[in-house]
Amino acid sequence: MSTLVFIEVSEGKVRKSSLEAVCYAKAMGSPVTAIVLGPADATELQSLGKYGAQKVLHASDAKLAKGVIQAYSAVLTKAMQDENADVLVLANSSLGTPVAAKVAVKTGASFASNVVELPNTSSGFVVKRSIYTGKAFSLVELKNPKKVIAIKKNAAEVKESGGSAEVVSYPVSLTDADFNTTILSSEKATGDILLPEAEIVVSGGRGLKGPEHWGVLEELAKTLHAATGCSKPVSDMGWRPHHEHVGQTGVKVAPQLYIAIGISGAIQHLAGVNSSKCIVVINKDADAPFFKAADYGIIGDAFDVVPKLTAAIKAANS
Amino acid sequence: MKILVCISHVPDTTSKINFVDNSTKFDTTGVQFIIGPYDDYALARAIELKEATPGTTVTAINVGLSDTEPTIRKALAIGADDAIRVNADPSDSFFVATQIAEHAKGFDLVLMGRESIDYNSGVVHAMVGEILGLPSISPVMKLDIEGTNVKMTVEIEGGKEQVEAKLPLVAGCQEPIAEWKIPNMRGIMSARTKPLKVVEPKATQPTAVIQKFELPAPKGAVKMISADNVAELVTKLKNEAKVL
Repeated sequence: MSTLVFIEVSEGKVRKSSLEAVCYAKAMGSPVTAIVLGPADATELQSLGKYGAQKVLHASDAKLAKGVIQAYSAVLTKAMQDENADVLVLANSSLGTPVAAKVAVKTGASFASNVVELPNTSSGFVVKRSIYTGKAFSLVELKNPKKVIAIKKNAAEVKESGGSAEVVSYPVSLTDADFNTTILSSEKATGDILLPEAEIVVSGGRGLKGPEHWGVLEELAKTLHAATGCSKPVSDMGWRPHHEHVGQTGVKVAPQLYIAIGISGAIQHLAGVNSSKCIVVINKDADAPFFKAADYGIIGDAFDVVPKLTAAIKAANS
Repeated sequence: MKILVCISHVPDTTSKINFVDNSTKFDTTGVQFIIGPYDDYALARAIELKEATPGTTVTAINVGLSDTEPTIRKALAIGADDAIRVNADPSDSFFVATQIAEHAKGFDLVLMGRESIDYNSGVVHAMVGEILGLPSISPVMKLDIEGTNVKMTVEIEGGKEQVEAKLPLVAGCQEPIAEWKIPNMRGIMSARTKPLKVVEPKATQPTAVIQKFELPAPKGAVKMISADNVAELVTKLKNEAKVL
C-alpha cells in the first residue's frame, strides 16, 4: 500500500500547496510516491524527497504541459494502479479538484475535497472537511477501500523531513479521447503574488471611496510582499478586477495575515477570509461588524492610518 | 438544443449556520433557502442561450426532498421550461452526480454552478462528465456556442484560459458568465403550471457518509489599537501574532 500525491507545477516550479499535500501524505504514514505531469525542473523533482516523497514519477510528455482535466485524470488513475496506491492526495485547486473527482469515479474511490486535517483512522477512515464556505466543518467517513483526498490550504504544515527521492521517468500513452477539451491560450492575472496562495493579503472595500485611491493600499501591499484583494461591491462596481474579489462567491483566502481596509465585514466577505490565521481590520466606523471577526482593530480613516502603517513597517524592517 | 441546469437548494449567503440533533442535522430555523448563487449564474446563461437560439429548451434538475420545490419553482419562474426533482437527500457529491447523470442523457449541454455553497465540494460537474463520458470544465466565466463548438473562458490558479470543446458538454459556471435574472410576474404565474416531475433516486451504495458537523472555535476578543500608535500594531503582529 502506498499514497500517491499529485504535484502541480507552475512554470516548472512545484506549488507550495502541493508541498503541503506531500507533507500531509507523509504524515499519514504509508510510503509516499509523488507524480508530476508535464515539464518540470529536475532540481524541483529531486527536492520533493526532502518533504517526504520516496519516489517521484515524472510524466514529461509535452502534451501534459497544459492542465487538461481528462488527460490528467487518466494518467493519475493509471499511476494509482501501477503504484498499488490506496490513497491519492492533492491540493484543492481549479485543476486539481475536478481531476481528483474524475479519478475517484474511475477507480471507485470515496472522495472528499476541502479536507482540513489528517484523517482519523481509529475507527474507519474519517476526514474533516470545511463546509458552508468556512462557516462549519463536517466529519465524513470515506467508506470505500480506495480514497481520493483534496486538501485545503494550511491542512498540513510544510516541513522538511530530510529524505531523498528516486526520480523515475513515467511514460504515458494517451489517446485523442483524453484531450476532449483544448486549451487555446492562457493568460496570467496581473500582479506578481497569487491571491489564493499569498501569505499576506491586503484588501480594500468601499471605504476607499474609488479606484483612484488604491495607491495607499498597493503601497502597503508592496511593503509587505502581499497580494491585493477587494470586497464584492468593489469588484461589482469595476473598481478592481473580478479575480481580486475575496468572499463567499469569490476567492477564498487562508493567509497568515489578512488586512481589511474600509471593508465593513458582510457575512459573505467573512466567509472568504475566515481561514486566515490573523485578521487586522482598519475602519473608521467603530460599529463595523468586521471588528468582531478581527484579531486586531484600528478605528480610523484609511487615508490617515494606512500610510502610517506602511511607514511603521518600513521602519521596523530597516 | 436541450440544456439541463442543475440547481442546488442552499441557505442564503447571509445565514447563520447551526446544527441540531447532537450536531448531526442542519438547523433550518429562520433560514431562507435560495438557488445556489453559482447555479443561478448557470441558469441565467442557459436562459440567455434559449432566448438567442429558437428551439432551445431548458430543464432544471434538483436532487432534494419536497422542501426544495419552492426553489425549483423559482428556476421555472426565471425561465426554465420544465423541471425534475430526484426525491432524495443530496448527501454526497458522487450520489448527486449519479442521480443527475441518470437524467442528463440526451441533453446537449449540462450547466451547474462551480460548487454548491453548502458542502462546497466543487466536483459534481466533473463526476457527471466522467460518468457520462463527456468533457467537463469548470469554473467557466464565459461560454459561447457556434454549431457544436463551445468556446469558454475558464479561471485557473492565477489566471485565465481560453478553452474549446464540442457538445455535448458539462460545465461548472461562475460570474461573470451572465447576470442573475430576477423572475417577473408573468414568469412567477406561469411557473405554477410548468411541469415538475418527481422521480425516485437510483439506488447506490454510499461512498462518503457525514457522521457529524462542527462549528469553528469562537474567535477571541479583538484587540483595539489607537490610530495614533500604529507602530504598536506592527510590534504585536511581529511578537504576539508572529505573522510578520
